Amino acid sequence: MSKSRLRWLKLLLFIALSLPFLWLLWQWSLLFTGKISSLGANPIEATNRFLGDTSLRVLLLSLAVTPLRQMLRMPWLTKLRRMVGLFAFFYISLHLLSYFGMDLLFSLSALLKDIAKRTYITLGMIGFVLLIPLALTSTKAMLRRLGPKRWSRLHKLVYISAILGVLHYFFMAKGNQPGPWLHFGVLLVLFAWRIYFSAKKRIGQLKRE
Amino acid sequence: MIRIAKPWQLKESQTTPERLYLNRRHIIGGLGLAASLVGGSALAKSKPQSTRETLAFKKSDYTIADPLTPENLVTSYNNFYEFGTDKSDPAKYAHSLVTDPWTITVEGEAAKTGKLAIEDLIRQDELEERVYRLRCVEGWSMVIPWVGVPLRKILARLEPNSNARYVQFVTKFNKSQMRGTRWPVLDWPYVEGLRMDEAMNDLTFLATGLYGRELPNQNGAPLRLVVPWKYGFKSIKSIVKIRFLKKQPATSWEKSAPKEYGFYSNVNPNVDHPRWSQASERVIGGGSFSSLFNRRETEVFNGYGDAVAELYRGMDLKRNY
Repeated sequence: MSKSRLRWLKLLLFIALSLPFLWLLWQWSLLFTGKISSLGANPIEATNRFLGDTSLRVLLLSLAVTPLRQMLRMPWLTKLRRMVGLFAFFYISLHLLSYFGMDLLFSLSALLKDIAKRTYITLGMIGFVLLIPLALTSTKAMLRRLGPKRWSRLHKLVYISAILGVLHYFFMAKGNQPGPWLHFGVLLVLFAWRIYFSAKKRIGQLKRE
Repeated sequence: MIRIAKPWQLKESQTTPERLYLNRRHIIGGLGLAASLVGGSALAKSKPQSTRETLAFKKSDYTIADPLTPENLVTSYNNFYEFGTDKSDPAKYAHSLVTDPWTITVEGEAAKTGKLAIEDLIRQDELEERVYRLRCVEGWSMVIPWVGVPLRKILARLEPNSNARYVQFVTKFNKSQMRGTRWPVLDWPYVEGLRMDEAMNDLTFLATGLYGRELPNQNGAPLRLVVPWKYGFKSIKSIVKIRFLKKQPATSWEKSAPKEYGFYSNVNPNVDHPRWSQASERVIGGGSFSSLFNRRETEVFNGYGDAVAELYRGMDLKRNY
C-alpha cells in the first residue's frame, strides 16, 4: 500500500464514518426550520437511539479491524484502526450528550440519580469512562511514551467497554428484542476469531520449537 | 337522571364547534398528504387515510382541554410489538393484518360464550367519541379522539356470572400477518387483563376508530381497549378473545419482567419504573421546534383519579404497581 493511496483511503473512511453525523445534522436542520424530518414524532428519542446504534456499530467495527487484517492478510488495515476507534468515541460522546442535554436538560442531579438507579445507564456510563484513557492515549506520541506493551495492555479496555455497550443495549430494550442479540452475536464472532487466531499462532510456535 | 359534571369534563360552551373541528381535521389531513409527498419520511408510510371508513358517532362529555395530537403522529408512532419493536414499525408493517372478517371468542364465566362476529358485538349506531390522554410507560403522551363504546356495555351483553372477577383479553397471533411475532420478543399471543370493577368503570372504552374513522391497523384495528388511567400497554390491540375468569390472569409484560410491570400498571408519577422516571412525560406533537422539548408533570391516574381512585381504596399502590 503506497502512502498516497493510504491517504486517499483514510479520507474516504473519514467521510463514510461522518455520514451518520451529517445525516443527523441535516434532520435537525429540517426540524429547526419547521420541515418534516425522518426522525418521526419523537425526534429526541430517535436521535438518542440513532446515536446509540451508531456508537455500538462503530465500536464493533473498530474491533473488527484486526480480525479483518488477519483474515485478508492486509497488514496496512491497522493504520485505519485509530480513526475508527476515535469515531466510536465521538459517537458515544454525542450519544451521552444528547441524553444528558435533551432528555435530562443538563441536570447533573438527574444524571447522578440515573447512574445510581438504572442498570443500563450504570453499565453504559462505565463503558464510556473506560474509553476516555484510550482516546487520550491514541496519539503516536502517547504510544511512544507508554511503550507498545503497556499501551496495548491499556487498550485491551476496549473489550470490556464493548461488552458493557452490548449489555447496556440488552438492559435498555424492553422484552426480548432481536437487536441486542444481533450485536452480541457480532461481538461473539470477533472474540471467537481472536481466540482461534492466537491458539493457531501458539500451536505454530510450538511445532517450530 | 342527573349528570354531575366531572372535573375533566368540558362544559358545552368550552368545546370546539364542529365546523372548526372539521376544519381542523382538514388541516391535519393536509399535513398527512404533505407528509406522504416527502419520500423516505417515517410519517408517510402509514396506510392511506382514504381507505379508512368514516364512522358515525355521538360526541361524549369525556374530553380534555389539551390540544389533540395530530392524526399523522398518532398513526405513525406507537408500540405494537407484533409488527416490530421500533415505534415506526407498526405503521410500516401492519397493513398485512387481515381485519375483515373478524371473530371474537368469548370464554369463561359468562352466559353468552362462543364465537361472535365483530358486527354482532358492536353496533355502528352506538358509537361515541371520547378524547383521552394516553400515557405510555416509556414517558411520552398523546391526546387522542377515540371512537367506540364503553366496555361495560359490551361486557354486560355477554352476561358474566358472579364468578367472573377478572376479564382477560387476547390479541390476534398470526406469524404471516404479524411479522414481529416471528421472534419471541414476548410470549405470544399478547394478553392483558382487568379486574371486573375496572372493566366496568365508565371510563374503560372499546375503540373501533380514531379521528372519526376506523382504526388503522397499526393502532389496533378492528377493536382495541382504551384504559386511560393505566399505562398504554394495558390498552390491548386487535382483540380476538375475551375471557371471564375467577382468578387474576397473567399479563404479557408481567410475564416478561415481573419486577418492572405489574397487573395494575396505573399511571403514577410517584412509583418509578426501574428504567425510567415516571415523574414527567414528553408531550408528542406540539408543532413548533421548541415544543420538541415540552414535558408535562405526570398526574396520578393520568388525571382520571376522580373517576377511578375509589377502585384502589386501601391498596398500597407502590406494592400493587
